[in-house]
Amino acid sequence: MKAYRGKPSIFKSNNPDEKKVADLEVRNLSLNFGGVKALNDVTISVHNGELVAIIGPNGAGKTSLLNCITGFYKSQKGRIFFNGKDITNLPPHHLVRIGIGRTFQNIELFPGMTVLSNLLLARHNHCKYRISPASLFLSSVREEEIRHRRVLEELIDFLEIQAIRKKKVGSLPYGLMKRVELGRALALEPALLILDEPFAGMNLEEKEDMVRFLTEMNQAWGQTMILVEHDMSIVMSISKRIVVLNFGEKLAEGAPDEVRDNIEVIKAYLGDTGRV
Amino acid sequence: MKKFRFHPCGNYHERYSQELTIFETDFGRFWLCIGILFLFFVLPFVSSPYFLYVLNTIGIISIAAIGLNILIGFTGQISLGHGAFIGVGAYAAAILATSLGVPFLLSIPLAGLISALVGMIFGIPSGRLKGLYLTIATLAGQIIIEYVLIHWESLTKGTMGITIPRPNIFGFKLDNDQSFFFVIFSCLVSMTWIATNVMRTKFGRAFIAIRDNDRAAEGMGIPIFGYKLLSFGISSFYAGVAGALWAYYMISVTSEPFNLGLSVEYIAMVIIGGLGSITGSIYGAIFITFLNEILRILTDILMNVGVFANAGLNVAPLREFFFGMAIIMFILFEPRGLAEVWRIIRSHFRLWPFPY
Amino acid sequence: MSFFLQLLINGLSIGFLYGLSAMGFVMIFKSSSVLNFAHGELLALGAFFFLAMITWAQLPIAVAFLVTLVGCFILGFFIERFFLRPLIGEHLIYVIMLTVGLASMFKGIMLLVWGGNLQTYPEFLPKFLSIQWDVINIPPVYSAAIIIGMIFLILFGIFFKYSSQGIFMRSVADNQKAALSLGVHVQRVFALSWAIAALVAGMSGIVLGVINGINVHDLSAIGLKVFPVVILGGLDSIGGAIIGGLIIGVLETFTGGYLSPSLRDVVPYIILVFILMVKPYGLFGLKEIERV
Repeated sequence: MKAYRGKPSIFKSNNPDEKKVADLEVRNLSLNFGGVKALNDVTISVHNGELVAIIGPNGAGKTSLLNCITGFYKSQKGRIFFNGKDITNLPPHHLVRIGIGRTFQNIELFPGMTVLSNLLLARHNHCKYRISPASLFLSSVREEEIRHRRVLEELIDFLEIQAIRKKKVGSLPYGLMKRVELGRALALEPALLILDEPFAGMNLEEKEDMVRFLTEMNQAWGQTMILVEHDMSIVMSISKRIVVLNFGEKLAEGAPDEVRDNIEVIKAYLGDTGRV
Repeated sequence: MKKFRFHPCGNYHERYSQELTIFETDFGRFWLCIGILFLFFVLPFVSSPYFLYVLNTIGIISIAAIGLNILIGFTGQISLGHGAFIGVGAYAAAILATSLGVPFLLSIPLAGLISALVGMIFGIPSGRLKGLYLTIATLAGQIIIEYVLIHWESLTKGTMGITIPRPNIFGFKLDNDQSFFFVIFSCLVSMTWIATNVMRTKFGRAFIAIRDNDRAAEGMGIPIFGYKLLSFGISSFYAGVAGALWAYYMISVTSEPFNLGLSVEYIAMVIIGGLGSITGSIYGAIFITFLNEILRILTDILMNVGVFANAGLNVAPLREFFFGMAIIMFILFEPRGLAEVWRIIRSHFRLWPFPY
Repeated sequence: MSFFLQLLINGLSIGFLYGLSAMGFVMIFKSSSVLNFAHGELLALGAFFFLAMITWAQLPIAVAFLVTLVGCFILGFFIERFFLRPLIGEHLIYVIMLTVGLASMFKGIMLLVWGGNLQTYPEFLPKFLSIQWDVINIPPVYSAAIIIGMIFLILFGIFFKYSSQGIFMRSVADNQKAALSLGVHVQRVFALSWAIAALVAGMSGIVLGVINGINVHDLSAIGLKVFPVVILGGLDSIGGAIIGGLIIGVLETFTGGYLSPSLRDVVPYIILVFILMVKPYGLFGLKEIERV
């Protein structure tokens, strides 16, 4: 299925003066759960237009790091800056407002709602009307709802999910759910998009589709992204820069080739064989 | 020329605006108009005073039930304090009307606002508590409010209660069931419409999101605590308006009816009617009111039959028993309530003679 | 000082009864996460059943007691089998409302059969249980209650720690799905926990009935008092229920004695709100960590 594809309007800024800039800086972040150190003194930075991948063995603290950036965990030490503004420990909904959108590792869609309502939900912060006009459903409210619907339809075209837009999310196969979740994160119009294992549990074909969407978003429309993923071949092929975490500490950082040949990284993944 | 759509066999929408309407077809709109005409121009003139009283009760109860459904059915916050919020509305209206002499038309919404404020205060625990912990907190709220209503004697006159004079609207005295009928049902129709509207905008979507998965809702940029409070506020606003209407209709207010049993009765209505359905709340209110009335009439009849009269049969235990049984039957056999039953019947007729 | 001591003793004994009543409640919550609003009615059913066994069936006290316990056990089993089992995995509100429905059904039945008046048991406790020491006077019922409560507490401790069914119960409470996949018969565990809880409730009901007389409304009000008790103690801690009960009981009698008698009934709920805001998992409850 190939529909007309233009640049979806969420990638054009509504206000031409205000460009979507996403510069994230994480400085010396530490996070403890009781006595367990989930993150220890992690420093990373993401610049506008980049696609940065975070990899590491299970339990390395990748998801914890994302949860700190998106406000779901409160870090004990260190600061996080977004576009020069200190965003450490702000609540998640506030971070969404300033332009950090995310997907979840285990799909967190609303299974009882249709795909369209799931996407509409993400437009929450972009609906500007207040409760008094909404309670009367004035024409201004109606027009705004229609405007959002139009934005979402472009997104639906882009993600090629036209056929399922009125289906209940719970009835969809896993790969499509992941795609809908990506759509929902995009509908937030985030400056920085954070994807937590978008390829997990997908078959090859679904992975190829997903890679296509991600590269198009990043390279053609300049979407800034952080990607946590286990599939090395994908990570190596689409990201410009890779950060490796192990036991909550940053092990290495650099271009895919550098990381691949890094002895520390090989040790972390394959175990210390003593031969390398 | 507008094309009327009655039973389309597919999706023939041409504009996005057509998907934003309350009714999918003109058929529904048509029946709604007929229903409203019947409600206002036929029912009050043909009903007996007793039946009018029952209808008025249903109207008032429906308003409060819609409020509770917004909180429980849409936002997923189980509150055992609804009865107390209705009480707050009733007392607010009574005090406004007697001590301050506020006119009827102003005191009803004011009572709603006061009740909304109290509801939001008792909704504050929802910021930290989820699920059954919140339910227990609202249970405490119910008992504390009940206590205040009885013991703050300087304001509420304690167990004596407050008597309210008959209200006026623009010089027109509301002193019989018929005149109250128009007031109550105008309130019900407009508040049902408002609730439907709120539920189809971003506010309703946010409520449902919080109910289904609060973490994901937070990730969608919805400030959960604020919206929970808003839901508590809207819900108790409806409760307050219902309570105020009740106070005016009954002439006097005492704290007795606003106990935990009332809260439970409202939850029962919402479940029997259908969680997450505005019209379902009205069905639930109708069901419970009729159940109450039928049981009352039934026991009256039994009392007059000599054999049973001596057995000390009174209405409370039977009512209690059947009320409990109705709740259990609905939960076990049709947990989505009367709204779902109605939907099944309707689609059965629409698809007839095909099975699906 | 003696007033203080008497209040303290009163509070402790009332509190112990609260704790005893809360034990069955905690039991149900611990294994099936069901908030049982019909607990007060279960207490009352036990009390009335015992009454019927003594006065109507004319059984000797010990036999009547045993028959009541067995009856409650079976009743709990039936409640689980016919009402709660279909709701496994359903949304919280349905489960809560089902117990509310059960509560009003039971209440209706009891009012129909026994009426709403206060009834009392014939005197049957031996006098030597009464403890008289200086100003402190403990009537025999309370000592009997404390003895029974202690026995049950120890039995439960052993049951949960060492018996296989007890361990199953704990595993089910922790993670239903995992327990199911390990071959734990989850439904049997639920049925058993309801049965045991109803048994404990029936026993507490008898004790309460001996002390205060049997009245449907009073006993179901105790069912509501259970909430502050278990929240204070921690919803899933049986020992916590007893300690929570003691604290609530003492606070109640002290407010009743020193502040105002009318405040007495509302104080537990004020404490309840306070605890929920400060320490929602209670003194001994397990804190659940939520993962994103």
